[in-house]
Amino acid sequence: MTEALPTVWFVLIALLWAGYLFLEGFDLGVGMLMKLMARSDTQRRVLLNTVGPVWDGNEVWLVTAVGATFAAFPLWYASLLSALYLPFMLVLLGLIFRAVAFEWRGKRDSDAWRNRWDWAIALGSFTAAAGIGAALALTTTGLPLDANGDRVGGAFAWATPPALLGAVAVVLFCLVHAAAFVALKTEGGVRRQADRLFRRLLPVAMIPFVGWALLVQADDGTVVTWSAVVLGVVAFLASYRSAATGRDGRAFAALGIGMLVLVGSIFGAAFPVVLPSTIDTAFDLTVQNASSSPYTLGLMSIVACIGLPLVLAYQAWTYWVFRRRVSEESIPAAHAVHAL
Amino acid sequence: MEALEIARWQFGITTVYHFVMVPLTIGLGLLVAMMQTMWHRTGHEQYLRMTKFWGKLFLINFIVGVATGLVQEFQFGMAWSEYSRFVGDVFGAPLAMEALLAFFVESTFLGLWIFGWGRLPKRLHLMSLWAAVLASVFSAYFILVANSWMQHPVGVEMVDGRPVMTDAWAVFTNNTALVAFPHTLFGCLAVAGAFLLGISWYHLWRRRHDGIDAVGADGRVVVGARTGSRDAVDHAVWLRSARAGAVVAMIAFAGTGITGDLQGKLMFDQQPMKMAAAEAACHDGTGFSILSVGNLGAQSCDDITAVIEVPGVLSFLANGDFTTEVKGVNTLLPEYQEKYGTNLPDDPRYGDLAGTEIDYLPVMEVTYWGFRIMIGFGAIAAAAAAAALWVLRRGTVPESRWLMRLAVFGILAPFGANIAGWVFTEMGRQPFVVAPNPDPTGVDGVFMFTAAAVSPGVSLAELVTSLVLFTAVYAVLLVVEVRLLVTYVRGGTASAMPELAHTDDDEDPRSGRKDDGDVLAFAY
Ligand code: HDD
Ligand code: HEM
Ligand code: HEM
Repeated sequence: MTEALPTVWFVLIALLWAGYLFLEGFDLGVGMLMKLMARSDTQRRVLLNTVGPVWDGNEVWLVTAVGATFAAFPLWYASLLSALYLPFMLVLLGLIFRAVAFEWRGKRDSDAWRNRWDWAIALGSFTAAAGIGAALALTTTGLPLDANGDRVGGAFAWATPPALLGAVAVVLFCLVHAAAFVALKTEGGVRRQADRLFRRLLPVAMIPFVGWALLVQADDGTVVTWSAVVLGVVAFLASYRSAATGRDGRAFAALGIGMLVLVGSIFGAAFPVVLPSTIDTAFDLTVQNASSSPYTLGLMSIVACIGLPLVLAYQAWTYWVFRRRVSEESIPAAHAVHAL
Repeated sequence: MEALEIARWQFGITTVYHFVMVPLTIGLGLLVAMMQTMWHRTGHEQYLRMTKFWGKLFLINFIVGVATGLVQEFQFGMAWSEYSRFVGDVFGAPLAMEALLAFFVESTFLGLWIFGWGRLPKRLHLMSLWAAVLASVFSAYFILVANSWMQHPVGVEMVDGRPVMTDAWAVFTNNTALVAFPHTLFGCLAVAGAFLLGISWYHLWRRRHDGIDAVGADGRVVVGARTGSRDAVDHAVWLRSARAGAVVAMIAFAGTGITGDLQGKLMFDQQPMKMAAAEAACHDGTGFSILSVGNLGAQSCDDITAVIEVPGVLSFLANGDFTTEVKGVNTLLPEYQEKYGTNLPDDPRYGDLAGTEIDYLPVMEVTYWGFRIMIGFGAIAAAAAAAALWVLRRGTVPESRWLMRLAVFGILAPFGANIAGWVFTEMGRQPFVVAPNPDPTGVDGVFMFTAAAVSPGVSLAELVTSLVLFTAVYAVLLVVEVRLLVTYVRGGTASAMPELAHTDDDEDPRSGRKDDGDVLAFAY
């Protein structure tokens, strides 16, 4: 039983990342659409309010994925984060700007003020999506690490084609995922725009994601993981068809499932290596050599068994509470604050 | 070895900054939840306005706490990878639990609260706020467990040179954490109390200044009223907030004093050098220094003299009596050198510092003054709160502009005390990042020098880049946050409740909107 714990935690962390991409995927995408799609301030506010009550909760999936990595695989946490120092710095700056912009944007009634924070949301979301995509691609394809797990080759040693591929894959996924989400959550003009964007973007957008999955399969794929890739592609096709026939809900779900299956295929193929070294496979960080003690993993397993189902339950409930579609008519007038 | 210096500055700056937002989030959150509870119970309009107004300020601040907390979660791995590898087996667990058990609740239920006005049943809406606020208290517990383990490692065994957790109960009931937790919470309440008091004072003053309220012949307030938000209820909002703030500030200070005394006793056992450094005491003694002069920064501390000293107090802080000799630096240095070596090991992970002499003395200017600023600023805030409560018995504040300014700037005092407390705690631990335990309740032999903790693979240029960028961005955020807070404070309750600002001739600017029930309340 205790030998299986590191594997269990590998699966859990893969799940946390998949959950993160699924949930924050659409709110990062909505952030980018603030500048790419919305045409008026009211439309931008419609977009914002589709994720308003939930984006912060979605972001905690990232905090939890990183925290769980620290607890379960400290060596993975230490090597990945220090090797990707600059990308993570950019991700953090992006998330910082985005977070404060969400909250502060409407706190002053001025176009220049709103425009500035709209850019912060759009660029912050883009940077975060790109950085996290790069990091996930690199942890599945490899970094130049020495025997101690430290990066060699300087501050930009991570800047490789797989990093770029992962960045593009996640950015594009977030955009289509957001388009599907917005189509589902709004009505009126915004919904039509999102619908059109979704159908136009989906065919191209999923290519890099599939490319990343194939790249990992090429080295370590198994029958199961290869089948997962096929399944993922089928899901994307189904998503496209559903959108074409006007079934927003199905389109959104199929796209999400496609992404989840692909992430499964990627982590599945990479297993048991959590962070390969491109210098020497002897330096690879694996599920076994990077993990915490069985005692710690056991403790964390108990906590996760209690915590995760609860999180899923109350987050699902939030989505239920705020299930109503948002439209331009439901946006109140901008709120101006006047000194007494 | 400059990388070490930069990494330390970065950690210090980003963490202290995070902890500027944190106490206001925790303290104010608790108070807003109580206000809403009062509204729920009594249905009085003033409590609704209090909830909305203070809640708005709470949210403007909250978000910066979230944004800067993210950096905290990542930077152990980014800049302190050797540290993370060393402590991961114990330290990661509370961090992960904080995210899974506290942050999820906090962020999800706060979203429900913000957007749930008028949409959730009232009771559920109130419970959402309580869930979020109690989760933030819970998060403080988890992170303090992590931090306390660095001050006092327990519940582990050394395996292959790394601590491995063997007793989670010991880690989560570390006595250091159990007293740091209430101490920190009282510190948070001190901040929130002063915040309420200062801002309410300003509004009570404004009402007098604008001729709304006056003072009658008996010295008591004569409450006036204007249209819009500045009616008689408005007066009740500020008076009640001011009084509540003052009482909270006083209780909070008493709480920090009692728990701080317990912390002092633990520190005496667990980190005697920090205790000596807090006193800048070279020689063993019993007196608590009120003022010491001399070269506090010098390596040898023989030219420091305590000018004013209260006999016995130090012994009381350390051991509960008036006679215990508390060891001074000169006694401790040889003990530390004997136990932990005179020179750093000749190991590549110490970089240029490998083999150099270890400096066991924390920077004494910082520890000495940090300790005194913490207690002093806290005491000043509490004394001011007591005086304010006395003045407020008349139901309003004097017309003096200077007194009003003093009340507003007084908000900074407990913030200062909190920052000083952390700086003292963290810098007093140096040169260790994980402090060793001379006392029998900790696991001896578990320690790590800060010099060995930084990421070996990260270059100086990267660290400098991030230090500059984070510091610059944080500075901008602070300016924007303070300006927003000021704008909303100036706007009074109407800034959080637009309906109060409406007058009869206000036309709805846009047509074709849905009826009220469908329009988002409190939306972005
Ligand atoms: C005593 C309290 C306390 C202390 C010492 C710290 N924090 Fe904190 N932290 C909070 C109390 C808090 C909080 C009050 O719970 C915050 C502020 C705003 C919020 O959302 O929660 C928070 C937010 C917050 C977040 C964002 C959560 C979200 O996205 O909702 C993260 C990731 C961290 N913190 C992590 C840390 C780390 C790694 C720390 C140690 C270096 C740290 N905090 C010190
Ligand atoms: C929020 C309140 C906190 C504040 C204000 C604070 C402040 C500081 C400061 C000023 C330093 C620099 C010390 C120096 O360089 O001499 C430092 C270092 C450090 N602190 Fe804290 N700290 C806080 C909480 C924590 C917590 C909760 C943890 C762990 C969970 C922690 C872990 C560390 C570590 C790892 C260092 C290493 C860098 C070093 O020792 O220089 N701190 N902190
Ligand atoms: C009589 C008053 C006080 C005493 C005797 C006292 C004592 C202490 C001691 C001994 C520590 C160090 C713990 C350690 O490093 O082992 C500490 C830390 C700290 N103090 Fe105080 N304190 C007092 C008042 C305050 C006030 C008024 C505040 C804030 C408003 C405050 C905030 C803090 C904080 C934030 C820390 C660092 C975190 C921690 O270790 O809990 N203290 N205090």
